[in-house]
Amino acid sequence: MSEPRAAEPRAGPTAVDLGHLGLDRGGHLLLKRALAGVAVGERLAVRGRDPHLALHLAVWCRAQGHEFAPAVEADPADLVGHVTRRTDQAGRWRGAERAGDARAAGDAVASHPSARWGLAARGATVEAGGPAFDFPLGDRRTVWADEAARLYEQAAAAQWDPATAIAWSEPFVLADEVEDAVVQVMTYLVENETAALLVPARFLAQLHPHFREVMQLLAVQTADEARHIEVFTRRALLRRDQLGLSTVGGQLSLKTLVDEPDFALASFLLSVLGEGSFLSLLWFLHRNAPDPVTAEVARLAAQDEARHVAFGLAHLCRHAGEEPALRARLAAAVERRHDALRHTAGLNEEVFDALVLLAAGSWQPEAIERGHAAVVDLTRDMDEGRRRRLRRLGFTDGEAEALSSLHTRNFM
Amino acid sequence: MESDTLLLGAVAYDSKVVTIWDGFQQYFAARGFPFDYVLYSNYERQVEGQLAGHTHVGWNSPLAWIEAARLAAARGRSARAVAMRDTDCDLTSVVVVRADSPWRSLADLRGKRVGTGAADSPQAHLIPLLHLAEAGLDLARDVEIRRFDLLVGKHGDHIGGEREAARALVKGEVDAACMIDGNHLQFAREGVLPAGSTRVLHQTPPYDHCNFTVLDDAPRGPVDRFVELLFAMSYDEPEVRRLFDLEGLKAWRRGRVEGYAQLERAVDRFGTLEPWLRAHGGRSG
Repeated sequence: MSEPRAAEPRAGPTAVDLGHLGLDRGGHLLLKRALAGVAVGERLAVRGRDPHLALHLAVWCRAQGHEFAPAVEADPADLVGHVTRRTDQAGRWRGAERAGDARAAGDAVASHPSARWGLAARGATVEAGGPAFDFPLGDRRTVWADEAARLYEQAAAAQWDPATAIAWSEPFVLADEVEDAVVQVMTYLVENETAALLVPARFLAQLHPHFREVMQLLAVQTADEARHIEVFTRRALLRRDQLGLSTVGGQLSLKTLVDEPDFALASFLLSVLGEGSFLSLLWFLHRNAPDPVTAEVARLAAQDEARHVAFGLAHLCRHAGEEPALRARLAAAVERRHDALRHTAGLNEEVFDALVLLAAGSWQPEAIERGHAAVVDLTRDMDEGRRRRLRRLGFTDGEAEALSSLHTRNFM
Repeated sequence: MESDTLLLGAVAYDSKVVTIWDGFQQYFAARGFPFDYVLYSNYERQVEGQLAGHTHVGWNSPLAWIEAARLAAARGRSARAVAMRDTDCDLTSVVVVRADSPWRSLADLRGKRVGTGAADSPQAHLIPLLHLAEAGLDLARDVEIRRFDLLVGKHGDHIGGEREAARALVKGEVDAACMIDGNHLQFAREGVLPAGSTRVLHQTPPYDHCNFTVLDDAPRGPVDRFVELLFAMSYDEPEVRRLFDLEGLKAWRRGRVEGYAQLERAVDRFGTLEPWLRAHGGRSG
């Protein structure tokens, strides 16, 4: 309801008329409003016509800790009785704490918001004695970026409807094997986007809600991925009844992402390196798609992924600024992941070949050569993008080159 | 029993009882007062346990208070009520009829069906029926009593029986329903009793509800400390507020036993406790 009241009551009426209203139909609101102006120990005359009013006033006063004296015969006919205020509601708010600043940004955001602020809105006044929530991500340094608010606004404004944003019924003709290649690439994308949904979703549930803009952004990020999964699946099933192949190597690579328990490291591996590489892949698919539907689903997904990468970079830049040792941890995470995946196949041959054929668009040797060259360009483009982002995080050229080369061959 | 730990008996009428007494235990422990509790499934067992020396304090319903006081007296001992909730004081019960019914007094219910709570509920059975009887109705012949017996042995602590009686009234399955005043407001708010659909035919004079009962052999020091700590509890303290909200009070009050006179009259008139007292070597009245 309203702000907790100070102990000092305002000068108010010493009588309230509830009219026909009973306490079973909201009359207690009028009563409480009138009592707010009555000092402890003072009386409030209550008038009203509800036949159960005296009965219910006695009950209500008992439960609220006030006293009720019913009217006596000499009293005016519509006087139901007097309520003597015995408790001070303000007592409930003694020791209450404001859960930070509603409009906070930058260093005004609490660095370690109290676990007892719980789910309270940022800026709300929180009654003392509430439960302590377990939000493992409760350190501003680890999660915060001022850019989150702007990125969330952009994301909310840029949500698109899979049913209408894509011209699903636009006619096109593809050779069977090129269609198969598209289905294989879509299968691979769905698998990777599932990891990109689960990783932020898991951290979202650990995040202190004080970091509201980050919470909202992670939520919309998972919603983005849900839509990507939908449109990639729908494109795969446009001309086929089944999806393509899922490999051990691909899943092992993604499992290292899903299993990473540290927010900064997971965010680095997923958003900066993985989704960063995917940006190149999605724009590649947009440019080289053999049909308009594939081109459009890739473009829409790429727009969303750019925000995910931007947030990852923003909070990691801020984090690294406050904790210089973070860069060493990030580098170690890339090396660890590389070692863990050393004996796996990396990007599966089916996906690589499918990308070549998709870009070629036909079996003509010249077309295949062109497709192959485009995929080689793609991997170079991914590498350059990763190195650029690593440099933004403060890595030297040499470090960026070395770390980019260790990134999983599965792209994500 | 450990001599320095005060042991309280309470009836598990709801799972929140564990939360409540665990909370009290922690509150007392933080103040250096050793306290523990035992839960019973019904008040009779709790009273028997206290008389047998298993507990020092009983958190008794009004009927359990009378049981404890009478059984103690029968054995040449005595019981006293040391504290109660502010919300235990000055309750009333109401007999409610449908708004369009023609009856104006309890005597008009002759030949009618009256819904009540559990047979051992002071507020929704024993006290209202006392008033019907004192209005001249023979409960065996003049009215049909429809008991909504939920959780007998818990002395009406569970609200379910009264709610069933209220529902039966609205559905026309009974002509009158008995309930505690607070439940009349609650059922009206819940919509169980739709606004304007019912009328209070009779309201009893005020009576009291639960109390902390101790017997004459209870250890004086720990009992005094227990009561002292109770009275020091303030609703303004967050940890106290949580317990008070669960237990439904704003402040503890000194125990008083004058408020049980109506219930004493009811159990005497109906012989409610006679079989139980006889079985335990006591007597009624």
